[in-house]
Amino acid sequence: MSTRFHVATRKGLFTLDRGASGWSITQTSFLGDNCTLLMHDARSGDLIATLNHGHFGIKMHRSRDGGANWTEIATPQYPPQPADYTPKATPLEGKPAEWSLKLVWALSPGGPNEPGVIWCGTLPGGLFRSEDGGDSWNLNRQLWDDPRREEWFGGGADHPGIHSICVDPRDARHVIVGVSCGGVWKTRDGGGAWEPGGRGMRAEYMPPERAFEPNAQDPHLVAQCPSHPDVLWVQHHNGIFKSSDAAASWSEIDGVQPSAFGFAVAAHPHDPDTAWFIPAVKDEKRYPMNGRVVVNRTHDGGKTFETLTQGLPQQHAYDLVYRHALDVDESGDRLAFGSTTGSLWISENAGDSWQTLAAHLPPIYAVRFEKTP
Amino acid sequence: MALLRFTQNIQRHVACPARQIEGATLADVLEGYFRQHEQARGYVLDDQGKLRHHMTAFIDGNQMRDREGLSDPVAPDAVVDLVQALSGG
Repeated sequence: MSTRFHVATRKGLFTLDRGASGWSITQTSFLGDNCTLLMHDARSGDLIATLNHGHFGIKMHRSRDGGANWTEIATPQYPPQPADYTPKATPLEGKPAEWSLKLVWALSPGGPNEPGVIWCGTLPGGLFRSEDGGDSWNLNRQLWDDPRREEWFGGGADHPGIHSICVDPRDARHVIVGVSCGGVWKTRDGGGAWEPGGRGMRAEYMPPERAFEPNAQDPHLVAQCPSHPDVLWVQHHNGIFKSSDAAASWSEIDGVQPSAFGFAVAAHPHDPDTAWFIPAVKDEKRYPMNGRVVVNRTHDGGKTFETLTQGLPQQHAYDLVYRHALDVDESGDRLAFGSTTGSLWISENAGDSWQTLAAHLPPIYAVRFEKTP
Repeated sequence: MALLRFTQNIQRHVACPARQIEGATLADVLEGYFRQHEQARGYVLDDQGKLRHHMTAFIDGNQMRDREGLSDPVAPDAVVDLVQALSGG
């Protein structure tokens, strides 16, 4: 079981350790700076933090001693735009996606047999790969130059972006990415060729005749079951979807209460039928239903859900949980999540009960356990 | 040579000491500086070489005009200040 996790917030990075008397914040990094994402690389032990300095742009830092010391590393850079290239206007915004880094939105280690490989998803939609632990990055041109990429459009943000990267533990060349808005895309050859996932997702915000178009979907997060990598769970703008065939097809899970809207989803590391979601009022309001923070858990592949409340605030709580702010450890027993209003909870019994670890942190963007490989 | 000075706020991220730099335009002066201080480049310019959205320059106290091309002329004895906007924090 994991005994350490990190919390990326609007005002820095916080590390929590489990000591004899329970969990506590043991380390702060980048205090005051906007830390938007953190990745722990179980292969090397490296931590990579992403900072957005506003005035001075997006930077990445790496720690090789558990967060005690950090060194700035390379930040993904979009290559120069070709002089003869005329970008196409996106379908909803009516203007081209900008050709410049706007946000680092996903960081995932490559496979166990490719040390140093890291994938990075960004706004406005570029997927980058490092082969040296983040010392350098290259834009995946095959996906970026695909004309269908120009059909992508912004979800909550003004630009489309890649927020989910799932590397198949059986074969690291098999990578699935989630795009808001651009659906789910997959490669079987490590990024040489890309195809959108199959049909089954449904976009209410599109005209009815285009509602099932794979490239117009808004998955908020794609979570892969590590021990059954063909099983994928998606918290989508319009509900919850599941694939059991590595994104070849999707089925919608109906009737989820109190809501099928949300951002976060976590897949159980060993049990393909178990996943957790954090529901919220859809979609222009985005707060817990009736001011009650709850976690939804299925143990039967989405046929039924339990709504877990023990230890969570059940009145006048307006904590929204962003897509990267829920994580499960390698055992499947420990889960942690944090909210836009700086609350942080942990469960050590797979969500049956929760403990409040903090109530006054800055807005939380990401929660990440340190997991053993 | 023009004197190029940087906002204090940038210094905690990357050391940007003031320097005398040769150059006839703002673009020339910045390029001359970044050749000597490469790490500062990404803090001032984005990945397409554009001045970051919330940064601006004053040349002898006058705000720059050409954000796209950075073609504002810089006199040999000018003072160029790179500052951050109040917005964007």
